[in-house]
Amino acid sequence: MYPSGKYSSRGPALIPRMKTKHRIYYITLFSVVLLGLIATGMFQFWPHSIESTADWTLDKRSVHDAPLVRLPVSSPIPERGDLSCRMHTCFDVYRCGYNPKNRIKVYIYPLQRFVDDLGVPISSTGLSREYNDLLSAISDSDFYTDDVTRACLFIPSIDVLNQNSLRIRETAQALAMLPRWDKGMNHLLFNMLPGGPPDYNTALDVPRDRALLAGGGFSTWTYRQGYDVSIPVYSPLSADVELPERQPGPRRYFILSSQTAIHREYRAELERLKEENGEALLLLDKCSNLSQGAASARKRCYKGQVYDYPQILQESSFCVVLRGARLGQAALSDVLQAGCVPVILADSYILPFSEVLDWKRASVVIPEEKLSEMYTILKSIPHRQVEEMQRQARWFWEAYFSSMKAIGLTTLQIINDRIYPYAARTYEQWNNPPVVKWSSVNSPLFLPLIPPRAPGFTAVVLTYDRVESLFRVITEISKVPSLAKLLVVWNNQNKSPPEGEKKFKCPECTAIDGLSLDQTHMVERSECINKFASVFGTMPLKVVEHRADPVLYKDDFPEKLKSFPNIGSL
Amino acid sequence: MQARKKYVLLGLCACCWLVLFYWGGGVQLRLLRLLTRQRGEVVRPWPNWTDRAFLPRYAHLDELQTDPGTAESPRQRRQAWSAIYKDSRCRMETCFDFSRCRRRGREGFRVYIYPSEKNDHVSESYRKILTSIAESRYYTSDPREACLFVLGIDTLDRDQLSGQFVPNVDERIRGYPLWNDGRNHLIFNLYSGTWPNYTEDLGFNIGQAILAKASLNTEHFRPGFDVSIPLFSKDHPQKGGERGWLVRNTIPPRRKYLLMFKGKRYLTGIGSDTRNALHHIHNGKDIVSLTTCRHGKDWEKHKDARCDHDNLEYERFDYQELLHNSTFCLVPRGRRLGSFRFLESLQAACIPVLLSNGWELPFSDVIQWNQAVIEGDERLLLQVPSTVRAVGNERVLALRQRTQMLWEAYFSSVDKIVLTTLEIIKDRVFSHISRNKYMWNSLPGGLLVLPEYSTHLAHFPFYYLGLGISPGQEFTAVIHAVSPLVSQSQPIMKLLQVVSKSKYCSQIIILWNSEKPPPNRSKWPPMPVPLTVTDGRRKVRAKNRSRQMLSLFVNFAFLVWRSFPERIVGYPPRSHFWDPLKRAWGYTSKWTNDYSIILTGAAFYHRYYHYLFSHYLPQSLRTLVDRTSNCEDILMNFLVSAVTHLPPIKVAQRKQYKELPSPQGTKSVPWANPEHFNQRQECVNTFANWFGYMPLVHSQFRLDPVLFKDQVSVLRKKYKDLERA
Repeated sequence: MYPSGKYSSRGPALIPRMKTKHRIYYITLFSVVLLGLIATGMFQFWPHSIESTADWTLDKRSVHDAPLVRLPVSSPIPERGDLSCRMHTCFDVYRCGYNPKNRIKVYIYPLQRFVDDLGVPISSTGLSREYNDLLSAISDSDFYTDDVTRACLFIPSIDVLNQNSLRIRETAQALAMLPRWDKGMNHLLFNMLPGGPPDYNTALDVPRDRALLAGGGFSTWTYRQGYDVSIPVYSPLSADVELPERQPGPRRYFILSSQTAIHREYRAELERLKEENGEALLLLDKCSNLSQGAASARKRCYKGQVYDYPQILQESSFCVVLRGARLGQAALSDVLQAGCVPVILADSYILPFSEVLDWKRASVVIPEEKLSEMYTILKSIPHRQVEEMQRQARWFWEAYFSSMKAIGLTTLQIINDRIYPYAARTYEQWNNPPVVKWSSVNSPLFLPLIPPRAPGFTAVVLTYDRVESLFRVITEISKVPSLAKLLVVWNNQNKSPPEGEKKFKCPECTAIDGLSLDQTHMVERSECINKFASVFGTMPLKVVEHRADPVLYKDDFPEKLKSFPNIGSL
Repeated sequence: MQARKKYVLLGLCACCWLVLFYWGGGVQLRLLRLLTRQRGEVVRPWPNWTDRAFLPRYAHLDELQTDPGTAESPRQRRQAWSAIYKDSRCRMETCFDFSRCRRRGREGFRVYIYPSEKNDHVSESYRKILTSIAESRYYTSDPREACLFVLGIDTLDRDQLSGQFVPNVDERIRGYPLWNDGRNHLIFNLYSGTWPNYTEDLGFNIGQAILAKASLNTEHFRPGFDVSIPLFSKDHPQKGGERGWLVRNTIPPRRKYLLMFKGKRYLTGIGSDTRNALHHIHNGKDIVSLTTCRHGKDWEKHKDARCDHDNLEYERFDYQELLHNSTFCLVPRGRRLGSFRFLESLQAACIPVLLSNGWELPFSDVIQWNQAVIEGDERLLLQVPSTVRAVGNERVLALRQRTQMLWEAYFSSVDKIVLTTLEIIKDRVFSHISRNKYMWNSLPGGLLVLPEYSTHLAHFPFYYLGLGISPGQEFTAVIHAVSPLVSQSQPIMKLLQVVSKSKYCSQIIILWNSEKPPPNRSKWPPMPVPLTVTDGRRKVRAKNRSRQMLSLFVNFAFLVWRSFPERIVGYPPRSHFWDPLKRAWGYTSKWTNDYSIILTGAAFYHRYYHYLFSHYLPQSLRTLVDRTSNCEDILMNFLVSAVTHLPPIKVAQRKQYKELPSPQGTKSVPWANPEHFNQRQECVNTFANWFGYMPLVHSQFRLDPVLFKDQVSVLRKKYKDLERA
């Protein structure tokens, strides 16, 4: 107790008791710290106050805070899309310019709420969750620029994903009001559900001048090849339901049809196929006892038996995707996600991203007329190929269908590839799943060239510590008629290369010649191999049991007639 | 005590410093952002809406799943379509009668050529096209079984000012009873329109016919229906064709000149915008762009200030020399969109830089052009130099290789151009048995890949590397028996023993090719693998559906084959040579230092080559082989080398192979006969003639087991038996 009491009693006198030297030291230290703190605080508040307000409003804003824009009745309407538009006629390439990164710059208009003269909004939904996801993804990508003057492509924030929720005329007027609209030049619209009753056009009906359209459900007559982009119809189920990837292979059912609104003629045709082939086919339909809504969307029925959708898709090798009133079907996305090979029956349909994706490796496209032959056609596909297609289908979904982000960025990449074709991604990059990318060889040196002997070859000789054998190698190689150049690389770090003819003899070198005899050397090299294999994640080296010899090697044949008589003597 | 105070103080200081550091870091960041902002670099992204989780879906699940449906019956709709979508809006679904091609595959796809009338003048190029079709395996002389019709009237040159222009085409084709408004007809054209506008007009109504046309404009191109073909000259070879000029890869891949152009400058008229500006990019050093005004009759009338100087400069360079020594070649549009220059630079491995806006590139349906050419934009001519400069070495190498692959697969002869056109149409007609893009764009090219065999990439011998897979672990042995079975000690029995013991052998097929009937099942020794005996005297093409062939030496040769699955790996070598005296090819079985043929009597090869042999080669060659019972092995070597451009591979030493001596010395063995040898000489020449060139390639090496004849213990050698001779 005593020492502590003593301590406390002395406490107040702490500073006066210190040596002056120490006191000065501590005081300086404190003041420095204090000054630093004050300075930091100042800095904190001064620039912060300018910038963070912007940040704050950006981060804490509601969609409903977006400025309201009233469209006058007489506001101009763009022309209908021009079917003859191509990149070289309707696209202003000067905006994109030469660019060392070969990357287009994309500008997104700030959100505005357009209403007509009476204050009625132009769209019943306004900004949808999907379109918001799409725009956020683009703004986070390195395509994005906020500088409107440097942009090559413009994306309006007017959501036209679903034509059903739009007022066509007013939406068109709103587009024309965009500050940089300029006849729709370099503008990109995303639409997934085009057309409306009764005849369901296959492209968005909103007049849009020269704007590019990324549309789901194009037909060959509305799709402007090399200008528009065909995109999938996003299935919101893919965000809600997680379907783990299944090993490719035979499934419980051979063909599955899960769509609920199939035309009765086609349903009759499918029923007939089912009669002929029995259990291999599963024809699902809506469950009659369930009410409409989210629950019914997740269930399918066959003769009173209830199945979970989309899980049931994983139980089949092939899944039918028939056209409805529209060509693009969200079911395609579900089917791909389940790793089921889509059997697409939609004449004239432009498949999603068909400009870059090789659908023949992931799907079967059958003309609607041949629906009745579907079973025979599918049966003729070898098992291995079906497995490959299942894998490919799943990979397409993962890479290009799984989210609005994937869809949006793929679309931009396709347009980017058109503007900078010399930097375009290759077929392999688009179509090969990552597994194949690692295991395959796609070197630019793939042609089976037989080089002429005339120009000869360059010999590169590494010396290590083998000066003796080095001289032998050099003398031997120099006799080869097709040798063009001999390059000796001195990679021995312990010695400097011998200079001049005389010093070429190096007596102490011979002692350590032949590293391969050294045991530790071998152990080291084994370690190297293990290290490299672990870095590569696989063992890329392959074992072969052959070596190349001249045709007449060791044959019972006059040596002087052989091209390489003394090859065995080395 | 002092120490304790010190520690307390020090701790306090440390805390302060930490706080300072933390805030200080924040300050630095802020400062940085402030600075960058002033340069206008800060990206203000799309806001993170507070209520983003409450935003509505773009469509309800119900709306997406329950398609509104239409009352209209699909059948009615399809019928209505063919009334609406015709002429310029033709598609296969609406303008093509599939029922004419009903029968599956090759049998169903037949092409008929209208007989040409006596006084018709048919140009050299069109004659070549017709010959190609007539000699193809799709030709039929019976219009009733035809799926596609080709006119006998020359429609290649539809320029009214041209001497080759055929008048009154419209009236004549209307007279054809099978014309049917052009349905299922294929019309070839190289030149359309005339001065000054050079439109796409052919001067007659093609109706619903498919157009195979050069210089097609994307606007007039009916996607999935028309076929864009390259412009080729009348000297373009009928078959075979010159090889590409690339014989080796130079690294780095740059040539003397970066970019070159040598051609006409148009002072007026269509196409002059680009041609008149080309001289701007000429720098006289690595970019050579030469234009001349001297063309046409009255060039001096339009002559401008540049002309004289340009004409002089133009004469200084040789076009061929530039082609050989330039990395990139400009291919600007002429009066029409396509030009001869395109094929020329493709062959020369000079990467084409296209300046031809709106040109639907040749065979654009199937070929991925952005991997072989640089698609420029006429509007951006002045950017071309910096663009091509920025193309990396690796890409230059890849582009150049692809030019060669495409040239040899699709363009080097009229045969190839025409066949590619037919195959593209056939792939559309039988769309579920068609080639995918990978097959079209990788070696050896789509023409050598028959989708009727399989549409699965792993079933072909040449895609293993590109897909990262390896060939199968098993083989089927096919043994050709010629002598009757007398005793259990005969060579064939020994062979059977050897082969069946191989762990890689999955089944054995014996082709019985002797006059006596094959022996009873019980006579054959028991086998660990299934054994089939069939009558070998049937046609070669009926031979088998096995994976690889073999006779002798099993494991080693098979393992070698697995490393080279696209080649013939085997044993007795033969060679071909050019005999300058006879001016013909010779065939030799002498011991030489190289070889180009491996006899298939003891060889492994992929079973796909069997299919190609029976379905790709023309009837005439197969008849020759069947009639003479000879040469099928030579033909197989021709075929495989034509596919791979590579020699076969010989394994192990020569003396291993003993050509089975005739058992009793009585029955003549075919190869003992000198006539047999002469026949083989002739075969080599006939085959080379059909291929249009000599596909065989010489090789100087053979593959031996790694320790073969090395000075090590026999016990360490896996294939020690191979050394016993």
